[in-house]
Amino acid sequence: MIKLTVNDQPYTVDVEPTMPLLWVIRDVLHLTGTKYGCGMAQCGACTVHLNGEAVRSCVTPVKRAENQKVTTIEGLSTDFSHPLQQAWQEEDVPQCGYCQSGQLMSAAVLLRENPNPTDQDIDDAMSGNICRCGTYPRIRKAIHRAAAMQKTGGAQ
Amino acid sequence: MNSRIPISSFCIIAVVTAAALSFTNNDDNRSWAQIKATSASDRIASENAFLQVYKVFMSPRCMNCHPAGDVPLNGDDNHLHPQGVKRGEDGKGLYALKCANCHQTQNTPGLNMPPGAEDWHLPAANMKLVFQGKSPHELAMQMKDPKTNGGKSPHDLIEHMKTGLVKWGWKPGEGRTTPPLSYTEFYNKFKEWIDKGAVVPPAGAK
Repeated sequence: MIKLTVNDQPYTVDVEPTMPLLWVIRDVLHLTGTKYGCGMAQCGACTVHLNGEAVRSCVTPVKRAENQKVTTIEGLSTDFSHPLQQAWQEEDVPQCGYCQSGQLMSAAVLLRENPNPTDQDIDDAMSGNICRCGTYPRIRKAIHRAAAMQKTGGAQ
Repeated sequence: MNSRIPISSFCIIAVVTAAALSFTNNDDNRSWAQIKATSASDRIASENAFLQVYKVFMSPRCMNCHPAGDVPLNGDDNHLHPQGVKRGEDGKGLYALKCANCHQTQNTPGLNMPPGAEDWHLPAANMKLVFQGKSPHELAMQMKDPKTNGGKSPHDLIEHMKTGLVKWGWKPGEGRTTPPLSYTEFYNKFKEWIDKGAVVPPAGAK
C-alpha cells in the first residue's frame, strides 16, 4: 500500500512500488487529463508536479511519490482560474490538445520560478515538451499573457 | 565473562584506536601543497597513474557530465543532451527541465531509458569542472587547484570518487559503454596519483 496526496486529496493505492506514477494517476485514480506520450521521458506529455517540480510521470516510480504531494492538470486550479489556463483559452493555444496538460504543468513551474520570463527563458523551460501540432508560437504568447495577468493580480 | 577482561586490554584498544584515528585524520588533512613526489620512481608512478585515470575521465560516462558548455552531453559520441536541457546555476537544470525531473535515483530499466543515480547533476555554473577538451596536463592542473576543483582537498577529491554518482559510470544501464578501467583499478590509480605526489603530466603528454 502506498499513500500519496494527489490534488490535495489523500489516496492509498495497492500497487507495485515500481509502477510508473502515470499509471497510478490514469488507471488507478482515473485522472485522465495527464497523457501517455512516449513512455521514456522524451516528450513531456505526462508532466505532473511532484512537490512542485515538473516530473515526467511515465518514468517516475510511484514509490518516489509515497507520502508526497502530486498535482495533475486537474489540480492546477479548481475553477480554471489559473492565469495559464485563462491565457491558454484566450490565445486559443491547443490544436489536438494531447500535449497540452504537460505544456501547462511545465509552464506553471516556469512562472512560479520566473514571473517575468523572456523568450529565452520560455525556451529553456519548455523545449522538453513536444507538440506535434506545432503550437509553440501560441504557447509562448500565452505564457507571456499569463505572466502579465499574474503581475496585475490574477487572471481577471 | 566481561568482568574477566583485564582493564589493560581496554587501554590497549583505546590507544590503538586513537592512533588509527589520528593517522586517518593526518591523512585526511593533507593539502595539495603538502603532496609532493619524494623520489623519481614516485614521480613516474604518479604521472603514469594520472595518464591512466585520464582515459576514464575522457570516457563518455564521466565527460558527458563535465562538458565545456552549459548543456550536458549524451551517448558515446558526446552529442548535446536533447530537449534543450541546460546546466542552471546549481548544475541541476532549469525550470521544468531539472535533471531529477526525468533522472531517478537509479537507472530506469530498458534501452535508451533515462539513466539515474543519487544527486544526478552537473557541476554548478560558478565552478564548471570542465573535462571536455582538456589535455592530461590541463586536467591534472585543474584537479589539484582548489580554485578550479570546487575547493576540494585531496581527501575531498578521493571521497568524490567514492560517490554513487561516480560509481554509476560502471553501472550505466542498458546500451551504455563503461570506462576503460574497472572501478577498482580507477580508484586505486587515482589514489596512487595523489599518494605518490599528484604529479602533473607535462604539456603534450598523452
